[in-house]
Amino acid sequence: MTADAQTVPRAARAVPSTRTGGVSRGDRVAAGVSHTVLVIWCVLVIAPMVWVFIGSFKTSAEIFASPFSLPSEWSFTNYQNAWVDAEIGRAFVNTIIVVGTALVLVMLLGAMCAYVLARFEFPGRRAIYYLMLAGLTFPIFLAIVPLFFVLQNAGLLGTLPGLIVVYVAFALPFTVFFLYAFFRGLPEDIAEAAAIDGAGNWRTFFQVMLPMATPGMASVAIFNFLGLWNQFILPIALNPDQQNYVLSQRLAAFVSSAGYAVDFGAMFAAVVVTIVPVLIAYLIFQRQLQGSVTAGTMK
Amino acid sequence: MTAIPGAGQVLPTDEGAPAGPGRGPRRGRRAGGWSFDTVSFFVVFLGLPLALFLVFVIWPFAQAAFYALTNWSGFTTEFDVVGLANFTTLLQDPRFTNAVGNSVMFGLFIPFITIVIALTFAILITVGGSGRGQVRGVRGSGFYRVVSLFPYVIPAIAVGIMWRLILDPSNGLVNGILTGLGLERFQSFAWLGNVGTAMPVTMFVVVWGFVGFYMLLFIAAIKGVPSEIYEAARIDGAGRWRTSWSITLPLIRDNVQTAYIYLGIIALDLFVYVQALNPQGGPDNSTLVMSQQLFRTAFTEGKFGYASAMGVAMAVVTLVFAALVFTVNRLAGGRSERGRA
Repeated sequence: MTADAQTVPRAARAVPSTRTGGVSRGDRVAAGVSHTVLVIWCVLVIAPMVWVFIGSFKTSAEIFASPFSLPSEWSFTNYQNAWVDAEIGRAFVNTIIVVGTALVLVMLLGAMCAYVLARFEFPGRRAIYYLMLAGLTFPIFLAIVPLFFVLQNAGLLGTLPGLIVVYVAFALPFTVFFLYAFFRGLPEDIAEAAAIDGAGNWRTFFQVMLPMATPGMASVAIFNFLGLWNQFILPIALNPDQQNYVLSQRLAAFVSSAGYAVDFGAMFAAVVVTIVPVLIAYLIFQRQLQGSVTAGTMK
Repeated sequence: MTAIPGAGQVLPTDEGAPAGPGRGPRRGRRAGGWSFDTVSFFVVFLGLPLALFLVFVIWPFAQAAFYALTNWSGFTTEFDVVGLANFTTLLQDPRFTNAVGNSVMFGLFIPFITIVIALTFAILITVGGSGRGQVRGVRGSGFYRVVSLFPYVIPAIAVGIMWRLILDPSNGLVNGILTGLGLERFQSFAWLGNVGTAMPVTMFVVVWGFVGFYMLLFIAAIKGVPSEIYEAARIDGAGRWRTSWSITLPLIRDNVQTAYIYLGIIALDLFVYVQALNPQGGPDNSTLVMSQQLFRTAFTEGKFGYASAMGVAMAVVTLVFAALVFTVNRLAGGRSERGRA
């Protein structure tokens, strides 16, 4: 990669011709170098995923035989094994329940909290803001041990509701920060008009402000979905009951049992099952996602 | 109807440094009166999220700071306050100091490598296009951007396991390719099992996971630079390389600083990746990191007080890292440079 980077100056030396129409030589060289490097990068991204995908259809014997061979028949045996025997199926359902519920809750609570912080003046506002900032900066690992006991004392340890509550709490600061800026950007006049028309605080929020915030909500929701689906440390530490395992835990269980009798084929299939939903969600919403990154999450 | 702005134009372009609380709401309304509507509104809208946040985030953080001063095992109700004893033990604990060393290595290299590559890609994509007019970007940049984000969106644990399979000594893709090229000594080379390669390979996997995301952020930053500046540079005869080095980089240095801090925090944690690649800490514990050691101390060995002390140490290292990045950026010119360009 460094070798490619070094060819850039050569491209640059061909000073772009500013007068003549058409594509200059400098343009062509620069474009050539760019495409070469970027295509190599894309191959480096896609090839591993394709390889794992193909591997998920091979029998373990085929996997051991050669890394390049195609499966002799495209059977779903690995998926069946992973889904049932390795309990990926149960974990998948658990993940959907936990992530789905947590996502709805955190979006609702986050929007409400951000709205109040952004639109009302009251004592303690600043303190709340800094508390949220602290929640965003400190490493989750600092909290993990006491959190284990907080949940245990509440009788929520190892339960799906317990996991949901923790997911919501830890996704809250990010959600509030992002939506805070968003609600501040909304025009005041409309809220005032609603108030004059007799709408109370509740109605103003749900019928006027929240619908206007939809674009912001969408971007935050996508980031939260990815973040929660990918969450690892929280379930590993706080969800010890095998029945309630989420996908990331199931995947990790493959690794920790590695060396013993691991069903390699099922492991490939399990990885594919975990990746595919997020990739689909990403491809559907990639415009919004790219848009919200572009909107400058860091200025 | 006309009063409602096009939804697109209200995208929060000025968040990030979300205005800080100092300014107060722009035309903040007072919570007038104590009507049922107002009271219930505040209780639910502010009270509910805040209670959740305090109980499950802030309270554990506060407790951790206290437990760090005790010898609590977690399974008994009694424990003694031992003061700073845990911290003095930490300093003499070879496993933990080794883990700190490894974490610092990750913290030094991962952000640097990721940012250099991400910046290179971002520049290639944005200036690879036409040399005239505004920054237009290389053809097919949409495709590159979509693909680049793949590694970022798939779960980190899946990334780790995927690479574990690919790097498998005997059945993996990498050794398959290398032996296919005639390099017989990679027949069953354990990339993750050798002290010399375990850490670099781990770094590679993490960098692979994050380059795309930071590339996108840098592209966004570069596009935010007014095109007149590039135009002026071109008229003055600056080539692409010169433009990137002397104009783009100084103008987006604050974005680079933010990226450095985010990546540093990620690299100082790294739990998921090392847990997927080398759950036992790697050959000779060469990839054992602080978070892994903390997890083991707490949940396998049951030393909760000691583990909390490790958590505090982790937080301190992270804050020191962030402070260092700020200081270096400021010493190197920092924000003042913005006005000049």
